[in-house]
Amino acid sequence: MMNDPFARIRPWFSGASLLWPVLGLLTLLVFNAIYAPGFFRLELRDGHLYGTLVDILNQGSKVMLLAIGMTLIIATGGVDLSVGSLMAIAGAVAAVLVTQAALPFAAIVGTTLALTAIAGTANGLLVAAVGIQPIIATLILMVAGRGIAMLITDGQIITFEHAPLVFVGNGHLFALPFTVTLVLLTLGVTSLATRKTAIGLFLESVGDNEKAARYCGINTTLVKVVVYAFSGLCAGVAGLIATSNIKAADSSRVGEMMELDAIFAVVVGGTALTGGRFTLVGSIVGALLIQTLTTTMYNLGVPPAVAPVPKAIVIVAVCLLQSEKFRQQITSWFGRRQA
Amino acid sequence: MNTRSFLTKLGATSIAIASFTVASLISLHAADKKLTVGFAQVGAESAWRTAETESIKSEASKRGVNLKFSDAQGKQENQIKAVRAFIAQGVDAIILAPVVETGWEPVLREARRAKIPVVLVDRGIKTADESLFATLIASDFVAEGRMAAEWLAKKTGGKASIIELQGTPGAAPAIDRKKGFEAGIKAHHEMKIIASQSGDFRRSGGKEVTEALLKGSGASVTAVYAHNDDMALGAIQALEEAGKKPGTDVIVLSIDGVKGAFEAMVAAKLNCTVECNPLLGPMAFDAVEKALKGEKLPKKTVVQDRVFDSNSAAAELPNRRY
Repeated sequence: MMNDPFARIRPWFSGASLLWPVLGLLTLLVFNAIYAPGFFRLELRDGHLYGTLVDILNQGSKVMLLAIGMTLIIATGGVDLSVGSLMAIAGAVAAVLVTQAALPFAAIVGTTLALTAIAGTANGLLVAAVGIQPIIATLILMVAGRGIAMLITDGQIITFEHAPLVFVGNGHLFALPFTVTLVLLTLGVTSLATRKTAIGLFLESVGDNEKAARYCGINTTLVKVVVYAFSGLCAGVAGLIATSNIKAADSSRVGEMMELDAIFAVVVGGTALTGGRFTLVGSIVGALLIQTLTTTMYNLGVPPAVAPVPKAIVIVAVCLLQSEKFRQQITSWFGRRQA
Repeated sequence: MNTRSFLTKLGATSIAIASFTVASLISLHAADKKLTVGFAQVGAESAWRTAETESIKSEASKRGVNLKFSDAQGKQENQIKAVRAFIAQGVDAIILAPVVETGWEPVLREARRAKIPVVLVDRGIKTADESLFATLIASDFVAEGRMAAEWLAKKTGGKASIIELQGTPGAAPAIDRKKGFEAGIKAHHEMKIIASQSGDFRRSGGKEVTEALLKGSGASVTAVYAHNDDMALGAIQALEEAGKKPGTDVIVLSIDGVKGAFEAMVAAKLNCTVECNPLLGPMAFDAVEKALKGEKLPKKTVVQDRVFDSNSAAAELPNRRY
């Protein structure tokens, strides 16, 4: 035992994938604790928590939601590039409805989410029924979706003061931003559905070997369409949050490039782009990692033109740690040193 | 038979020539009265750009100019095609809002050969040969930044801790508005930029950055300077959520002068906006007319931007069209 000082650490380098994103996140937090005084300061204001950590949860909620949907798609071996544009559509529809139609709020949310879920279904049909490569199938809606959103809002930024809609992105529940509740709810329901029923197994089997899954009697087309529809739904909720947060539907800018953040969160979280095994919690940690990184740049006062460089370094480091080959290399170095 | 056929042909030809002459006389006469101007616009990506297009269209109809409009949907190749088409149609002048700075020489040389003057609006081009265009009509982004700084110095008596919300890194307005503002506060030693981050010209960016800075390096803020109105409107929300009163506790100022900014000023949440005027129609057609008369124009005509604050906002709001 004493001869091998790395005995405790060694299994980490070859073991569970969730460890690395968590370690990355912790490193960032420790870094902030040292260099950014006040990072962990939390106070109670008007009955809710107030501080940088709360901001990270709140601002990160959009990518977390997108990442939940994206994880399931990536598990089936696909990818969804249209989520950013779907956020724009959701925001546009909701803003137009609250400003121009006297509908109950539930109906407005229902219409909005139904629309994005239908758009997601269309993606799924293109992928599963028509057989188009996911990256191309969803690219169509990524490009067209923003145009549709601009059409809905007539190219203008629509502002609103509708109290229930404003609450979605700005309200508080249980002393935390309401968005945290939304994320936890979505995560809880998705985890239960994928881990306590056979759905998770279906997803992984489709991602691992679609043909084998079909021969086993799994309706692979249906599985795929459902995950794309679900991703559309998640994008809809994220779009509502983003729009509500600034009390305006900014169709041309909302959710821009966020599809890439979501994919990054999923991959860093430990789900491989090749499909198969997936971890929802890992994706959430990945999303938190991105948001913490962004906030850290603000806190340190890194000039915005330079900020992408340190961000990229952290991202590369975490991705390297995720790579099994790279870890084996490190392990062998440790092994040699002991001998 | 032969003679008759010859006579018929002769008659037909002479009629054709006569009618052609008459037609060209008429059209010459018409051209004398009515100008044809081609306008190659970038696209319709923002309210600002739509306002610019509207201004040029309405000015054209006011002056009885026949305007040929082309929307390039943000692509240079479309704009070059449009300019070539204008040359082929023999327009009298071309107004061009170049989407990028480089790559314009060949097509502008074609325009010069056809003796068609080109007036550039809102953005310049990079070229060694300045005779390729008649004039550039644009706002001076550096001056806008400086005007904002001067207004803030006057308002605060030269004492402020400022959070700066920059535009997209590398964009000309972001670079110049930063430069102008820094130059403007240089003379005031008690005006300091305590934090400066990019909000990417977005409302959500302005809110997220302000929210983060208020808990860190920007906690002692007394003024927020944003490179565009949208970011300022986002910052106002972040300030309110942090329990500060934008407009009184913290001075908020920005650039562009869009309608939303005027509404915020009337609500006393935004203190000042420096207008970046998109209504270039009248100036553009003045330049076209002068160029066609053969008058020498300055290479750059700077649009006079105005500063609006909460005192002048209410009176101006009804006039805002964008």
